Amino acid sequence: MVPTNHYLMLSAVLFLIGVAGVLTRRNAIIVLMCVELMLNAVNLSFLAFARALGDMGGHVFVFVVIAVAAAEAAVGLAILLAVFRNKQTVNIDELNLMRW
Amino acid sequence: MEHATSIDLVRWIVAAPLAGAILNGLFGRRMNRNGERLIALVGCGSVAVSFALALAVVARLLSLPAESRLLVDSVYTWIQVGALRADVAFAVDPLSAVMLLVVTGVGFLIHVYSVGYMQRDAGFWRYFTYLNLFMFSMLLLVLGDNLLLVFVGWEGVGLCSYLLIGFWYEDPEKASAGKKAFVVNRVGDFGFLLGIFLLFWSLAQTGEPTLHFAEIAARVGTLADRTVSFTLPFAGVQTWGLLTAIGLLLFVGAVGKSAQIPLHVWLPDAMAGPTPVSALIHAATMVTAGVYMVARMHFLYDLAPGALQTIAVIGAATAMFAATMGLAQTDIKKVLAYSTVSQLGYMFLACGVGAYPAAIFHLMTHACFKGLLFLGSGSVIHGMGGEQDMRRMGGLAKLMPITTWTFLVATLTISGIPPLAGFFSKDEILFEAVRASTVLWAVGAATAFLTAFYMFRLFFLTFTGDSRADADTKHHIHESPAVMWAPLAILAVLSATAGLIGWPEALGGSLVGGNHFHHFLEPVFGAHGAVTAHAPEDAGLSELSMAAVSVAIALLGIALAWLVYSKAKGMIPMVLAMKSRAFEFLMRTVSNKYYVDELYDLAIVRPIHAVSETVLFRLVDVRIIDGLVNGVADFVEGTAMNVIRRLQTGVAQAYALAMTAGMVAVILYITLH
Amino acid sequence: MEQAVFYVFAAIALGSSLAMVVQRNPVAAAMNLVLTMFSLAALFVLLQAHFLAVIQLLVYAGAVMVLFLFVIMFLNLTEDQMMPGRRSILHVAGVALAIYALFQLRALIQRTPPVSAKPVDAAFGTTKAIGRLLFSDYLLPFEITSVLILAAIVGAVVLAKRRLD
Repeated sequence: MVPTNHYLMLSAVLFLIGVAGVLTRRNAIIVLMCVELMLNAVNLSFLAFARALGDMGGHVFVFVVIAVAAAEAAVGLAILLAVFRNKQTVNIDELNLMRW
Repeated sequence: MEHATSIDLVRWIVAAPLAGAILNGLFGRRMNRNGERLIALVGCGSVAVSFALALAVVARLLSLPAESRLLVDSVYTWIQVGALRADVAFAVDPLSAVMLLVVTGVGFLIHVYSVGYMQRDAGFWRYFTYLNLFMFSMLLLVLGDNLLLVFVGWEGVGLCSYLLIGFWYEDPEKASAGKKAFVVNRVGDFGFLLGIFLLFWSLAQTGEPTLHFAEIAARVGTLADRTVSFTLPFAGVQTWGLLTAIGLLLFVGAVGKSAQIPLHVWLPDAMAGPTPVSALIHAATMVTAGVYMVARMHFLYDLAPGALQTIAVIGAATAMFAATMGLAQTDIKKVLAYSTVSQLGYMFLACGVGAYPAAIFHLMTHACFKGLLFLGSGSVIHGMGGEQDMRRMGGLAKLMPITTWTFLVATLTISGIPPLAGFFSKDEILFEAVRASTVLWAVGAATAFLTAFYMFRLFFLTFTGDSRADADTKHHIHESPAVMWAPLAILAVLSATAGLIGWPEALGGSLVGGNHFHHFLEPVFGAHGAVTAHAPEDAGLSELSMAAVSVAIALLGIALAWLVYSKAKGMIPMVLAMKSRAFEFLMRTVSNKYYVDELYDLAIVRPIHAVSETVLFRLVDVRIIDGLVNGVADFVEGTAMNVIRRLQTGVAQAYALAMTAGMVAVILYITLH
Repeated sequence: MEQAVFYVFAAIALGSSLAMVVQRNPVAAAMNLVLTMFSLAALFVLLQAHFLAVIQLLVYAGAVMVLFLFVIMFLNLTEDQMMPGRRSILHVAGVALAIYALFQLRALIQRTPPVSAKPVDAAFGTTKAIGRLLFSDYLLPFEITSVLILAAIVGAVVLAKRRLD
């Protein structure tokens, strides 16, 4: 039996790798993928706790998270498409219209 | 007064005009468009109700035996805070009964008159609202049974006076006159308030403090020996009798309200208001509030002879002073205004020598004949299409007969010709004065001479001789409508006959059953000024001789006026005689009202303006307050502009970084706890 | 036995996620992410979340990542060029924060007392069990999620539509 803390540790590491990716990468699509990575890490954490506590509420949560992540990826990519059509780039540094 | 009968009727006397004011105030503008009848009905009707109820109440009062003539109507407990208790309660004793009848009766006649005078004025509804509001305040003043309620009425009449003087507010001069009246009144009110405070505080030192008249009357004896010390800037520490100080402070309020020296300056300017207003407020009722107050507080003044002396002196001086100014005025209303100031001086003179019934008697007759004089002048102005300068009048007797004859009755009355009312009241004052001090009598008698002179000057210039008006105006001269001359007629009858109830016994008063007026007021004032207290023969002789002297003086004045102003030919030599330099200087000084207004302007108004402008405005308001407020705004703007704005870089990753930092902080917090 | 499986798949997950974050080529990054998801699915199975493991493969790896690849191909993106002077303070700060957070979380996790797994029956993690929960206790979130997906569909279609001018 693998101790729960191992899963949690793995989840934390994956999550923080995702954070580093979000803060570092320039390509918007890669950033979105890092966000997906973060969500996956969270899913792992949920399931670890569900298994430890014997409560399937965690499973339902993960179900909903997956659905939300899918929806978010779809909309995010659609926005990216629209932006690309206008600015011909997905470089985050150049998408700064909300600047003062 | 040990026995007091309770009665519920009195509150409606006060409430009716208030209801009228509210109705006209809220709905008047709309009603104005559909015709003035409804507004007039509400306005006059409410006062008619008051008058009818007043008659009923006084009838009830008369049905009681003389010692227990006191009707009380306690409406509700208004203030009860610690030791201070003041109720909304009304008390009707003989003194307030007289005032009540004067206020509601003359008030009603003037309301009716106003319907005609203010016809087709755009502010018709506003006028009646204010006038009803004034009636309400005046009734509060006259019927209130404690100093606080009286003060509320006191302030209320001051407010309505301001509103009505500046009624045609689009003219800045008229608005300014209203402001002047209010401000000068305020100065008086300040003294009045100090008097109330001092009284309350002193009563608190010796037991339960109170502002109720009856209770003050019972307790005032205990304050008779006390003194109060205060420090004046250049005169060091002064110690005065307590009651004298209170009396003088309260009198300051009366000086302001009744336009005595030195606070008389507002009354002539108040003539800017509509003439019925001048009749009601500045002749019959509001200005008499000061006299009423002194009479009401007589129990205090009787124990403060120093205050009474001051009152008498100021009253006499004002009477004389104002009469001289009335000589030189050319505006018909201004002459009457100075005449009012002068007659009020007489009333205070009477109070000052302790003859309170005489003062109230003169107050009553004055309300009748001065009201009549003002309404008559209004009729003249109305007929002349707005002309108020007497130099352009003349010869109105044939064209406005009713006005002329009623005016003549009033002029004869005020000059003191028997058996008209003015003779009885003025003569009584002079008689009481001579018993107290010959100097005072001399001043009063000289004033009586001047009064006869300038009043008949007014009469001759306005009504007799040839018309000096231009052709246009002459065309339009007409007698006033019935709604205007009917009150004139009623007041004329009153001015002629009202004196009969005060016929002194010494002059054959027993023919009409004695001096009814005095007997009526006896429960209030005790044996004061009871002319009948002396042995009949002595009293009879000196009263008769005094009366003869008064009549002689009056006739002299009339004769002189006739000589100067009536016979056109007679005017020329007199005018020539007046060419000497000294006389011219005198005339100029008098016609400029002794430059009192200019003095006040220089000594008080300008310094206050200067301080307000340079110190309070430029320094405090602009530099300090605005600087602070603007400074705060500038600081916030600077911070937002230069600091907070730069955080919005537009780069999403920067925001993500901030979020991450927050997340780390939260983890840290959880770890450390 | 179970431990060995865990370590293997954990290692794969870590490796591929690191690779994804540092990859320049977007397509390569996407494939790495797919590999991460696969290994995570295996871990899900270890945790007896059978249904969700399959869902992960079908929906996440199968649909979402395919969508990513479509968009990458569609936009015809080239290699993500690292511009000179790219290592701004933001990036250093970002990575530093992440590493610091890692240590903190490690401390946190180590502090929590080890939870011994409760014995669970065979029905744990099966389709039937989740289905029962979704349609009873968690009915409202379920319905709302469907509305959410509807909104996302409409939004995506509207946003990505080519303008007709």
